[in-house]
Amino acid sequence: MASAIQQLGRRVASWRLRPSLPPLAGLASQRAHSLLPVDDAINGLSEEQKQLRQTVAKFLQEHLAPKAQEIDHSNEFKNLREFWKQLGNLGVLGITVPVQYGGSGLGYLEHVLVMEEISRVSAAVGLSYGAHSNLCINQLVRNGNEAQKEKYLAKLASGEYIGALAMSEPNAGSDVVSMKLKAEKKDHYILNGNKFWITNGPDADVLIVYAKTDPGAVPASRGITAFIVEKGTPGFSTSQKLDKLGMRGSNTCELIFEDCKVPAANILGHKSKGVYVLMSGLDLERLVLAGGPLGIMQAVLDHTIPYLHVREAFGQKIGHFQLMQGKMADMYTRLMACRQYVYNVAKACDDGHCTPKDCAGVILYAAECATQVALDGIQCFGEWPPLPRPRAALLGPVAASERGFFPTPHSVLKLGTAELHLEALSAPVTEEMKSEEKTTRGHQLLLHSATSLPGLPTWSRRY
Amino acid sequence: MAELRALVAVKRVIDYAVKIRVKPDRTGVVTDGVKHSMNPFCEIAVEEAVRLKEKKLVKEVIAVSCGPAQCQETIRTALAMGADRGIHVEVPAAEAERLGPLQVARVLAKLAEKEKVDLLLLGKQAIDDDCNQTGQMVAGFLDWPQGTFASQVTVEGGKLKVEREIDGGLETLHLKLPAVVTADLRLNEPRYATLPNIMKAKKKKMEVIKAGDLGVDLTSKISVVSVEDPPQRTAGVKVETTEDLVAKLREIGRI
Repeated sequence: MASAIQQLGRRVASWRLRPSLPPLAGLASQRAHSLLPVDDAINGLSEEQKQLRQTVAKFLQEHLAPKAQEIDHSNEFKNLREFWKQLGNLGVLGITVPVQYGGSGLGYLEHVLVMEEISRVSAAVGLSYGAHSNLCINQLVRNGNEAQKEKYLAKLASGEYIGALAMSEPNAGSDVVSMKLKAEKKDHYILNGNKFWITNGPDADVLIVYAKTDPGAVPASRGITAFIVEKGTPGFSTSQKLDKLGMRGSNTCELIFEDCKVPAANILGHKSKGVYVLMSGLDLERLVLAGGPLGIMQAVLDHTIPYLHVREAFGQKIGHFQLMQGKMADMYTRLMACRQYVYNVAKACDDGHCTPKDCAGVILYAAECATQVALDGIQCFGEWPPLPRPRAALLGPVAASERGFFPTPHSVLKLGTAELHLEALSAPVTEEMKSEEKTTRGHQLLLHSATSLPGLPTWSRRY
Repeated sequence: MAELRALVAVKRVIDYAVKIRVKPDRTGVVTDGVKHSMNPFCEIAVEEAVRLKEKKLVKEVIAVSCGPAQCQETIRTALAMGADRGIHVEVPAAEAERLGPLQVARVLAKLAEKEKVDLLLLGKQAIDDDCNQTGQMVAGFLDWPQGTFASQVTVEGGKLKVEREIDGGLETLHLKLPAVVTADLRLNEPRYATLPNIMKAKKKKMEVIKAGDLGVDLTSKISVVSVEDPPQRTAGVKVETTEDLVAKLREIGRI
């Protein structure tokens, strides 16, 4: 008897103990670990770029995916700095930074890929990543002088410093050139005014700030100069973090400058030539940030495609209904079309051919498609959105009105023209998902449980 | 001691997070278009080899994989983690499906001799077949000592000190070199292939050879009869008292 109990005790204490299964209600929201494969052969990626996507995706599944829900819910990324250093170790913070300054010395396509993968797991963290690695770091790479690059790039690329860029003001968004933040020259420059909607504002150690050195300049754009401001500079402060509807967890705030002294050595580019820094940077920012919508669309697919082949209604899996198949086809084609556009423009930029028209085009199109794909995704989930309840309630009316569309001529027409494409696209997806449907509940729950034993990697749950 | 050379064998398997689907003809599982990656235990083995190199105990780390062309991706991951060069033992896809531990062990044994390595590292088992045989078989073919389920590997006085995780607890062995070691879960935490290392790996050498070049016959005496899904889990039965529980267990013949 005693030895049997000992055996039992040892068994229970053994590392083979399985984690307890989560309640059924959590099923939809815990699919963080099962990603759909991405066909990078169609996307035209090189071997190294494919490997980059895989390594980043793997890292994020282990280190970001388990926290994504919490980050969104609480509007805070605890351990942000530690995560940033891990990204730095991977070499993905300073992708466009030359190797001699501690970067990876690669191009915009690699940058877009990383932006996409991070956004796939958490769009908010993706935004912070883009603001740091492109808005701040890339501007330094393109416009900084030797001393500035030596001083700031290595630590920004390693993740020790967090970067940000400040151009918008409470009254200057689209009309950014009408900004009012003043920079008066004495021995150094004295900055007075504020900036608003600054991503990474609360955490940034290094910020690129656009200010008016000549408020009376005609045209107004000739009076702008770009400065590098360091956290802790007397006169520079940030006010509290904004509580946003979306992109929660990407810390955003107001910057306040009250007689903030910035040395002349910190001018980025040349005095009065800030607008060139700003405008040329914008093109590349749009390009890299277009990776965000790509990641979001992929995430919607990652969640909805499997769900459509598990959820039943009216006696069959809802993924077998033609309108749902139409949705799948639409979501997939939108994503793939956007990918080809974005990746090609990125490749062209890497080859030295960068057009404002297409850089704007990619973010315009990708963002619009992502909105549509996200709405389609919400429809697929009905009452089970992979979102926290409050946000779902807000989008409820949208969801309900779409359902009303059912018998209208609009839907019928769409059904007719899409029929051929439906077959081609949804058939293989449904085939793939067929044995999803046979899998037992328990098997599903075990595989999709987000928990694993502390200190051990998630793949080891079975062992 | 810095003259030691290590061979690490890695296997390309279906990624752990993928939903496994049985083929309609029940001859196996679906692998087309399914995400594959390096077997997690093999990653741990590669990591250990690279760490030994960083500690200057090993001079060169060679990564090897047997299988179709896509195995080169897996070898490249090993190179990006720090291996010095790769060997791809090319086996056509159809034949690769029938590759089992015995065949792979034969290949690895021949390679270990050809490359004159002092240490052969492998993952303890693959997550697709869970065989846990290859390492042991290679040691048998080569007549080398083996330290399997290693949770710690050190070099002590010209010998390999291996701490193993076994059912009863931890066992420590001293092995004379050359030796075979298979990696268990807690041996280390593998590094991620960083972007700079992925780019460096591009320049590392990858040799492609055939099993025939090594004089190895890959025929298998095992054939798969059928592969099926596990049975549907049926609902359990709730009982009120311990007496009921015992009665029910007796009923179904469990006690």
